[in-house]
Amino acid sequence: MHTVVLTKGVPDFREGQVSFDEDGHLERGKTPTVMNPNDKHALRAALQTKVRNGGDVTLMSMGPPGYKEVLQEGMRDVYADELYLLSDREMGAADTWATAMTVATGIQKLDDEPALVFAGFKTADGETGHTGPQTCWCLDMPMITHVIALDVDEEAGTVRAKRLVEGDIEEIETVETELPAFVVADPEFEPTYRKASHRLRWKDLREETQERAEAHEDYLTVWDHEDLNLDPDYIGLDGSPTIVAGVDPIPKAPAEREATMIDGVDDPEIEQVFDELDAYAAGD
Amino acid sequence: MTEHEQYEAVVVGCGPGGAAAAATLARSGIETLVLERGAEPGSKNVSGGLIYAEESAPYTIDDLFPDFREQATERPATKNYIHNISGEQVATFDISQLHHHDTEWADAVLRREMDSWVGERVHEMTRETGGGLLTDVRVTGLLRDQGEIVGVEMAELDPIEADIVVAADGVNSELARDAGLMDWEEPEEWFQGVKAVVDMPPEVINERFDIDDDEGVAHLFSGDLFEGVRGGGFLYTNEASLSIGTVFHLDSIAAERAEPHELLDSLLTHPLMTQWLGDEYEEREYSAKLVPDSKKVAHESPHRDRLVLVGDAAGQMQAQGPIIKGMNHAVTAGALAAEAYTTAKSRGTPHDAGRRYEQKLNEEGVMDKLRPTSYDIVGKLGETDSIASLTDTIAESALGRFGVRTLGEGVLERLFSSPRLMAMMPDTRTPYVTIPKIIAEELGEPVTDENTVEPPELDDRIGDLTYDVGDPHIELIDNSFKASGTAVTACPVSAKDFGGGCYRDEHVQTNGSEDHVVSLDTQPCVECGTCAVVADTHWEHPDGGKGVEYKDG
Repeated sequence: MHTVVLTKGVPDFREGQVSFDEDGHLERGKTPTVMNPNDKHALRAALQTKVRNGGDVTLMSMGPPGYKEVLQEGMRDVYADELYLLSDREMGAADTWATAMTVATGIQKLDDEPALVFAGFKTADGETGHTGPQTCWCLDMPMITHVIALDVDEEAGTVRAKRLVEGDIEEIETVETELPAFVVADPEFEPTYRKASHRLRWKDLREETQERAEAHEDYLTVWDHEDLNLDPDYIGLDGSPTIVAGVDPIPKAPAEREATMIDGVDDPEIEQVFDELDAYAAGD
Repeated sequence: MTEHEQYEAVVVGCGPGGAAAAATLARSGIETLVLERGAEPGSKNVSGGLIYAEESAPYTIDDLFPDFREQATERPATKNYIHNISGEQVATFDISQLHHHDTEWADAVLRREMDSWVGERVHEMTRETGGGLLTDVRVTGLLRDQGEIVGVEMAELDPIEADIVVAADGVNSELARDAGLMDWEEPEEWFQGVKAVVDMPPEVINERFDIDDDEGVAHLFSGDLFEGVRGGGFLYTNEASLSIGTVFHLDSIAAERAEPHELLDSLLTHPLMTQWLGDEYEEREYSAKLVPDSKKVAHESPHRDRLVLVGDAAGQMQAQGPIIKGMNHAVTAGALAAEAYTTAKSRGTPHDAGRRYEQKLNEEGVMDKLRPTSYDIVGKLGETDSIASLTDTIAESALGRFGVRTLGEGVLERLFSSPRLMAMMPDTRTPYVTIPKIIAEELGEPVTDENTVEPPELDDRIGDLTYDVGDPHIELIDNSFKASGTAVTACPVSAKDFGGGCYRDEHVQTNGSEDHVVSLDTQPCVECGTCAVVADTHWEHPDGGKGVEYKDG
């Protein structure tokens, strides 16, 4: 069974990694690119499928040549068999729509049609959560979002999933659809390996993939818009209907703040704490 | 019964016993699954530790795992001494002869390194059979079909059926208890050991112990430096560290309300240690373990249905005075259990392996070593209270002292070097405390070096350990001080005047009356099992990969 996982490189927003200029704009050159943290959940879902149901995993991304490292990182996590990078200048500055068009075309061009396509739940930079569902729309597949548990029945040609209704952890439903299908993994996704044979296979795959990830370029295919037979007018910046009107930086927290220290143990002193907090509780 | 995943053999625990069983099964082409609850083999294991290869043993660990000594051990123990101590008086005997008796080789080991190396080999060998080694899996109990043991149940996996289940799950074996073969009742049946691994560069070790890179020393300590608690201390040289520890009878720790970490400190701060520790030292890891006393608990029939017990799980730990051998017996037992299954299978009666295993333990002389008949006669008699106090009085008397002087160092050294004599040593104060003390007083020399080392406080020792805290795995059934108070002192990570340990001593006021109780916080637990014996608890291991993780072990 062939599965495809979509991933994206994003700026590493962790403290100490990310760099902003004086105006609060991200300094792209000084900030390392990492795999979108939410994609890890898609990777774990794909890995579970590979371990439990076998088959190959293709990891695909669209982005600049520097994304190879992101794909390598992904290969280590998902034990991917093949890597695809959709990359050229014409694809640059795409919004979610143009990205979805490009990525969907990439998936359709694969020799082996995937039974499952996995995407993560929104990226750390754009935060839209559009690309996955739009790609699915282009592929015309049934889609299950906010997936927290997954079980594929290859013989019956179905996938059954537990999902959060409206993304709410309080409400969980179980749904089933036919393969091929598109799955968006929720950050709450938990892979389950209840059989010893699954865990043993997982160990085998991990060992195998260590070597493969070292030589990841040997497993990488780069496609440009010509390979995909895509009209530059419909991809990249030109193909993007989104217009960014402006960006307002989030004001920094003031360096100076007023603090009231109440160092007390007895009742009147504790009363004072309540009095102080009262104003905030009232919303003033 | 529902359809379960099946393996021909399931081995629970990847210490030396489990590894030996798995390797031997795999050699016969038997599909073998090994389940280890640690994040890596060795991460849950503690030993003193010297591992022996006995000349008389049918299997040794380097037979089963070629290159074992090159890859997985520290230094060989090439010199052996016992120090009899009374205050600052020390009489040292060379007991290399005792040590070399029936010994092909004996090496110091650190368990994390040793077991993880062995574990890799086990995985390679068992994977070829269709099985393999899985870590982070805790076997919680036995799978039964109409009352008969047919497999194992786990926290992390669905139940698995097997034709043979080898329980090599250590001193606190949940499987041995589930099968009703072992219990956790009598403190007399156990020792408790605590150990500190001390950092030391190889060249400093060579200089201070006067040895070369390929040599090592084993020192044992007995006498009055442990406030009369029955037991002793040890020091073994590793490649770039020392293993220094103490081992005591658990009933003695409980009765004296002794604090194990303080007993260890008594050894570390004795003037005798100055020559080896210098002015100060760096402690790398503090660890603790229960040790079964095979003389009393080595199971004579360690099997039931498809289950066989090996190693500590079967009480197969020989601790007779200065003879402390556990891992080698576990290796032999594991391999014999595997051999028994292979034979049973070839005769078409695979479920009859247990009986054959028991037979092999006897035929190969393992049971004689674990439960010497001489101890059965002399030891048990000597342990009756009236005789114990009589022998202690005689030894302490002018007559006893005269005897020690008359025998002199040469004869005593020979007596200490007799494996037969050591095997019948009773578990009383006399051999552990009184005789060494008198020997030191009558024949010893004062050691006047000033010991300036400051062992770390208990909370530092606990703080240096690595934990992945899971759900609480121990439950206090009776929290009254009367039922469970001993745990406050006997637990190696608790102390009477320390609030950060597992067990605390509390007085609770309720409606005018005061209750004396103990409270339990399993957060710093090192899973030694002491409280399972001395307190009233429901004791389980933490789930796979959770709990304490030893780096040295």
